[in-house]
Amino acid sequence: MNWNTICHIDDIIPGTGVCAKVNDAHVAIFRPLNNEQLFALSNIDPFAEASVMSRGLLGEKDGEFYVASPLLKQRFNLATGQCLDDDSVTLPCYQIRTLNGQVQIAG
Amino acid sequence: MQKQRIVVIGNGMVGHRFLEEIIAHAGNDHYDITVFCEEPRVAYDRVHLSSYFSHHTAEELSLVKPGFYEASNIKLLLGEAASIVNPAEKIVSSKNGRMVPYDKLVFATGSFPFVPPIKGYEGTDIFVYRTIEDLEAIEKCARNSKSGIVIGGGLLGLEAAGALKALGVDTHVLERAPMLMAEQLDQDGGAMLSRKIENLGVHVHAGKNTLEITEGDNARKKLVFDDGEVLEVDFIVFSTGIRPRDRLARLSGIDIGERGGILVDDLCQTSHPDIYAVGECALWQKQVFGLVAPGYKMARVVADHIFTEGQSAETSLFAGSDMSAKLKLLGVDVGSIGDAHGRTEGAQSYVYQNQPEEVYKKLVVSADGKTLLGAVLVGDTSDYDNLLQLKLNDIALPENPEALILPNTGNDGAPAIGVDALPATATICSCFDISKEDIAKAVQDGNTDLASIKATTKAGTGCGGCVQLVGQVLNAELLALGVEVKNHLCDHFEYSRQELFHIIRVENIRSFDELIAKHGKGHGCEVCKPTVGSILSSCWNDYVLEDSHTGLQDTNDIFLGNMQKDGTYSVIPRMPGGEVTPEGLAAVAHVAKEYNLYTKVTGAQRIGLFGARKEHLPEIWEHLIAAGFETGQAYAKALRMAKTCVGSTWCRFGVGDSVGLGVELENRYKGFRTPHKMKFGVSGCTRECAEAQGKDIGIIATDKGWNLYVAGNGGMRPRHGDLLASDLDKETLIRTIDRFLMFYIRTADKLQRTSVWMESLEGGVDYVREVIMDDSMNLCETMDRDMASLIESYQCEWKTTLSRSAQLKRFRHFINSDDSDDNVQFVNVRDQHRPATVAERIAITPVEA
Ligand code: SRM
Ligand SMILES: Cc1cc2nc3c(=O)[nH]c(=O)nc-3n(C[C@H](O)[C@H](O)[C@H](O)COP(=O)(O)OP(=O)(O)OC[C@H]3O[C@@H](n4cnc5c(N)ncnc54)[C@H](O)[C@@H]3O)c2cc1C
Ligand code: SF4
Ligand code: FES
Repeated sequence: MNWNTICHIDDIIPGTGVCAKVNDAHVAIFRPLNNEQLFALSNIDPFAEASVMSRGLLGEKDGEFYVASPLLKQRFNLATGQCLDDDSVTLPCYQIRTLNGQVQIAG
Repeated sequence: MQKQRIVVIGNGMVGHRFLEEIIAHAGNDHYDITVFCEEPRVAYDRVHLSSYFSHHTAEELSLVKPGFYEASNIKLLLGEAASIVNPAEKIVSSKNGRMVPYDKLVFATGSFPFVPPIKGYEGTDIFVYRTIEDLEAIEKCARNSKSGIVIGGGLLGLEAAGALKALGVDTHVLERAPMLMAEQLDQDGGAMLSRKIENLGVHVHAGKNTLEITEGDNARKKLVFDDGEVLEVDFIVFSTGIRPRDRLARLSGIDIGERGGILVDDLCQTSHPDIYAVGECALWQKQVFGLVAPGYKMARVVADHIFTEGQSAETSLFAGSDMSAKLKLLGVDVGSIGDAHGRTEGAQSYVYQNQPEEVYKKLVVSADGKTLLGAVLVGDTSDYDNLLQLKLNDIALPENPEALILPNTGNDGAPAIGVDALPATATICSCFDISKEDIAKAVQDGNTDLASIKATTKAGTGCGGCVQLVGQVLNAELLALGVEVKNHLCDHFEYSRQELFHIIRVENIRSFDELIAKHGKGHGCEVCKPTVGSILSSCWNDYVLEDSHTGLQDTNDIFLGNMQKDGTYSVIPRMPGGEVTPEGLAAVAHVAKEYNLYTKVTGAQRIGLFGARKEHLPEIWEHLIAAGFETGQAYAKALRMAKTCVGSTWCRFGVGDSVGLGVELENRYKGFRTPHKMKFGVSGCTRECAEAQGKDIGIIATDKGWNLYVAGNGGMRPRHGDLLASDLDKETLIRTIDRFLMFYIRTADKLQRTSVWMESLEGGVDYVREVIMDDSMNLCETMDRDMASLIESYQCEWKTTLSRSAQLKRFRHFINSDDSDDNVQFVNVRDQHRPATVAERIAITPVEA
């Protein structure tokens, strides 16, 4: 597996996301809390087909995190990519980790 | 079987009510119903007629649900008066020659304003106050007038005087009796009312009789009084009582009372059993009822009778009606209950008078002191509901009845009976005859807020006087059912927005993390985060993109621009009051060209630049700020703009500098966050070119100052603003707006525009006026201080953003590359461009992992 180094974890403000370019794909990276827990999903909103997911608001329900699309607010589970408002839609997920403070995505 | 034919003459409040009742009983196709409607429009709410001056649409006053007549097969003859009734052949005909046969006929012809035949009463500039047309004529005349007088100081006369005052003319009221509202009040109560009204700047002339009206020397009319004095005014409104419209019935040979009125019995039948009369044209036991509630009762009695005839079912009877009234006239609270004059034998009375505070209260009790017969309240009607229920339900009085009206001194103050003490049958809403048990039942059926109680029972939707009491019954019932009234924000906070606001202020909480740690659970969501972000900003006005606040911001705020469908942004610089210099325009044009932005004049009098890439936003703003612009916050729940018309500086009709004021207000209130966005409008005269009455804050210049409207709305559910105060000087105007906004910030729910907030407040604009103008909650000082600190801490958040290098990194599309978003593509349209649709895009980014 090839790990692509993206940025330093401090470049991501806790409670927000950023968009990374990984082999031409737009990947949204989310950091829900002030720790090293990270999630990576496709940055393309599947409903509007615009590259915006990283700009969505993060929420938590029963201990699980989700992102609400900034366009029409559909919610997606950060761990699975499953859309919480439409069973038939999932966002592609990426493997992500931190190594010595560097954020890395597999691919 | 042939359907029974019903003809109704008159489509006023009561005539319409009858139609609703009969359709509710029998459904849509039981009867053939024809209605003669003399006025050019269907039934409207005469009780709230005066609101026509602030709303100006007949639709808002209409009582008829759209499609009701069509769906119910009711034939409405609009603008067609019935002119002959032939009871022998059972035919009604109109001037047009139309003849309509009936089986049952209902007179609902109402009454007409009586004008005493004073010499000169027939000239121009003389009006009455009964129909929308009357009001239109008065308003038109008032525009060219400096002063006006209402002749007649009864309920309606004072209401008319209030309207003249609001139209901005110097207002007089003349009453022949020695005091105002002689029907309802006693001498001392009337005197107190006069004083209060005089203090409001309305001239009261009591105990005067007009002998003659002639042409004036300095104004258009001159009134000559019996004491030799004269008064000059530009126009006159008569409000000297009403007379039943019984002429048609009289001509048809139907029995009429000695002093007018169609004689009816307890079934509202006239001397011809197939002919009924209801409302203000009917005379029952020598009384004509000039209020709507008894008319509605009559309408029900007749509908019941027609429906049940021939069946063995029981029918209801009319048994008179209570004539108590609680009103706010010219902003003065007045209440009158039952036998206010103490005319009952042996009646005794208690009086409480507080001259400095201008409060007068009187109780009339029975000879044995056991029951309440009547009451008069001036200046403070907080006891009204209580007293009315004591009277209507014959509840035994406490040993010392005077405690009922004495001010609350210490713990054992006035023995409030509370809604719990009321019998289930107690009438709560007399307009619709809704009892306490009717409301309780509606609550049990799942109507747990005031709005749905109103919708299902109609309680509170007539004169509105009972709304507070309805609310109390609702709450008591909810309590009894053990329903917890939940208004939790979301799973993370067991508090409402209002409660969180309070907590944040009182505990001086500065971040979301601190708040959720102390008062919430979990990690927050897309509901509570923006709400708390907005409250923090309303309280402390920090820069919204501080690291600790960034994750709280919704779609638009998080990059200080409105996100478009393709992920680009719009850029809308502030143009206060809609003003922009040629140099400013050139700078905007330059930026638009350089960054290839679609350009449009927005609906809010400024210029929008669309299709800006996220990574270009900082540079675009750098150019705009260098040219003197600031953020227009088109993305924020905050003040958007103040729309203005050119006003007195250019317009030949203008009486106030609307642009100057608009610019000043926009600069004063820009920046801080509010529960929802806010829009202002300022017009230079009553022509209202800035559409101020459709704005959250609307201001219209008068020749004496400024009229302030609040809680208007365009958008999804348009609402005309409510007139909060008139003829304010600028200083008072600004202070009042300060407080209005602070009160809104403190108490509104999340994402609640001022219009919806206003409608959720019990007591509406009157309540708001009490809080922010009369300081009834002792909040004004705090609100003034809070507003001052908000204004002082203003910053242009785009300027702040540009000064922080860490921020600038956030605006790149990719965190690890300088490339731009290849999904953003445009297609030309009308010499500019728009976002490409997905099908039109050239290369699609691969999305598979
Ligand atoms: C650009 C503009 C239309 C235009 O091309 O002219 C516009 C565009 C949008 N309006 Fe508007 N409104 C615009 C003037 C208006 C007006 C006219 C006015 O302000 O006089 C109204 C009616 C007046 C009113 O608000 O009372 C208006 C009533 C709305 C509403 C309904 C609000 C309501 O309470 O009913 C929404 C939805 C909302 O806010 O929840 C809305 C929401 C929006 C949003 C934010 C929708 C969205 O979430 O993306 C649009 C984003 C625009 C953008 O990208 O900048 N817009 N919108 C106007 C920007 C004005 C400005 O310079 O800031
Ligand atoms: C400014 C104002 C404020 C008021 N405030 C209050 C209040 O606060 N509380 C309260 O209880 N009451 C109030 N009232 C009184 C209330 O409006 C009346 O009691 C109520 O409207 C009576 O209803 P009605 O149907 O009997 O008469 P109306 O509403 O007057 O309707 C009668 C209709 O019959 C029509 N008509 C007459 N003759 C004919 C004909 N031959 N053919 C066809 N049509 C005909 C008339 O044009 C009219 O439209 C107020 C009235 C006014 C004017
Ligand atoms: S009306 Fe609708 S589509 Fe038009 S600008 Fe406003 S929100 Fe957008
Ligand atoms: S008493 Fe008039 S609306 Fe209820």
